Amino acid sequence: MSGSSDPAGFGGKPQAYDPAAPLTPTGNLRRRQIFSKVTEYMATIAALGAIAVLVIVVFAVVRHGADAISWDFIIKGAPEGVAPALVGSAIIVAIATLIATPLGVLIALYLNQYAGRRAAGFVSLTMDVMNGLPAIIIGIFIFTFMVKKQGTLAIGQAGWIGGVALSIIMVPLIARGTQGVLRLIPKSQSEAADALGVARWRTVLSVILPSALGGILTVTILSIARAAGETAPLLLLTSNGDISRVVLNPLEALASGPVRIYTLSEEANPEGFTEAWGLSLLFISFILFASMGARALLARSKRKTSS
Amino acid sequence: MNLPPSRVRIRTDQPAAPPSTNGAGSVALPDAVTTSADAQWGGAPEVVFDSRDVSVFYGAKQALAGVNLGIRRGQITALIGPSGCGKTTFLRSLNRMNDSVPSFRIEGEILYHGHDIYGGNVDQVEVRRRIGMVFQKPNPFPKSIYDNIAWAPRNLGMRSGLSDRVEKALRGAALWDEVKDRLKDSALGLSGGQQQRLCIARAIAIEPDVLLLDEPASALDPIATGAIEDLMHSLKGRFTIVIVTHNMQQAARVADRTAFFSLETSGEKPVGALIEFDDTERIFSSPRDPRTRDYVTGRFG
Repeated sequence: MSGSSDPAGFGGKPQAYDPAAPLTPTGNLRRRQIFSKVTEYMATIAALGAIAVLVIVVFAVVRHGADAISWDFIIKGAPEGVAPALVGSAIIVAIATLIATPLGVLIALYLNQYAGRRAAGFVSLTMDVMNGLPAIIIGIFIFTFMVKKQGTLAIGQAGWIGGVALSIIMVPLIARGTQGVLRLIPKSQSEAADALGVARWRTVLSVILPSALGGILTVTILSIARAAGETAPLLLLTSNGDISRVVLNPLEALASGPVRIYTLSEEANPEGFTEAWGLSLLFISFILFASMGARALLARSKRKTSS
Repeated sequence: MNLPPSRVRIRTDQPAAPPSTNGAGSVALPDAVTTSADAQWGGAPEVVFDSRDVSVFYGAKQALAGVNLGIRRGQITALIGPSGCGKTTFLRSLNRMNDSVPSFRIEGEILYHGHDIYGGNVDQVEVRRRIGMVFQKPNPFPKSIYDNIAWAPRNLGMRSGLSDRVEKALRGAALWDEVKDRLKDSALGLSGGQQQRLCIARAIAIEPDVLLLDEPASALDPIATGAIEDLMHSLKGRFTIVIVTHNMQQAARVADRTAFFSLETSGEKPVGALIEFDDTERIFSSPRDPRTRDYVTGRFG
């Protein structure tokens, strides 16, 4: 103790401010506040900008596409409608989902339950790299391997091959998303199950997966929305499908939404462009509704697991 | 023991051995109405756990040194001591719950009915099937009350008479009257004390040999704590119970025998060790070790 004038022992320097002065900003506080405000405004503008882009795109699609939408447009084949493309997309994406969901969930279970830290890190990284893989490269690979006449399998174009390509896009999304959902399940759950002398795989099936079901569903829907809009692989793998009638057989080449949008917008006929907008509107509505529904579902299942 | 007679009768109805997958009779249950008094004064008490010079390490850090301890069948054994003295570590070593800790290592032997718990051909799932555990924080599954109890029996192949089994477990855990009208409701809607009794019911539904309780009442209010203690009294004899508790009064109220753990500072670093193990009465009235005396009289810890 160096006396009452310097209780904290700052070496006898006078105090930097007068504690008895009014509580208005002193020193460089004014400058710091301005800087803080500017940062806040810039961040807000950036966020609003992102929203604006989405709003403008949706607005443009609705404005140009609304004219094309009619009952015939949805249920008929070319030239009046785009039904083959809608049905084809549904089949292709369904095949992709059937392949990708079990694989993705199993990979997530491996990461969450079985993998050591190094293995988990490596597989997670692989998933992230796969997620960043350009779709056209997946398309070229599958094309060379399965479709091309001189390729290994030389099957030719088919809807299911498009599904295989889309499933490669979906697997990392589902695996990483499900891993995140599984992480939310409290460790005390598996501890409780362990303490009851029940084998791990039964715990996984009857405690962990049911708790995660809502989340897994959400993740799957989000990845479906993403895959449904992929164009590049489908251009190579299933682009010459019949656009005048609905085809259900996935062993044939199927029409698909994204490919149809592409070909319609390439047509010389201005009608085609309107139809491309119309089909875009159908797709963007599906993706928006699916994404929003999935988010709501995820929020609900998070409340359920954390309570 | 102030049991309503009906409860005793119901427990006598239980089959003598569970129709489990591990061979009938390998999990021999004590007679339904054996009391701790029988075990204590009627003949030589059988030892369920025989811990021989057990030391536990987490990586390079030693958590527990040289524990020698015999736990008797049908009794309640309390493990008390200050924080960090290794009592929970010891408890979790009894049913291999520590195996999931990557750096965990154990030396010495823990014999369970003469079999080394950490022996080469021992399956940890089988160990836990016979030695159940209830945790500090209630951890019911996000399922209905009924499904919480029925889950383990279903998965262990004990499907016949499942509803009876659920009812008996809930009665055994003194929870039946409170939940019998809402068995299909989520277990997460129960109060903390009810959830903890549900966890105990879930543990006894598969008729384990031993129940390990890791501070089961520390997250509960005094009334719920009282309910859990009554429950332990009603379960002893039927199950061998080992309880870790911070609460000395609780140990004095429920336990037949009490083990006092503390940090031994003779080496370079303090290491958890068993200081004294004796009848509860002895530990609290005339402990032999001055450290035990200081702890139970509140002079440290």
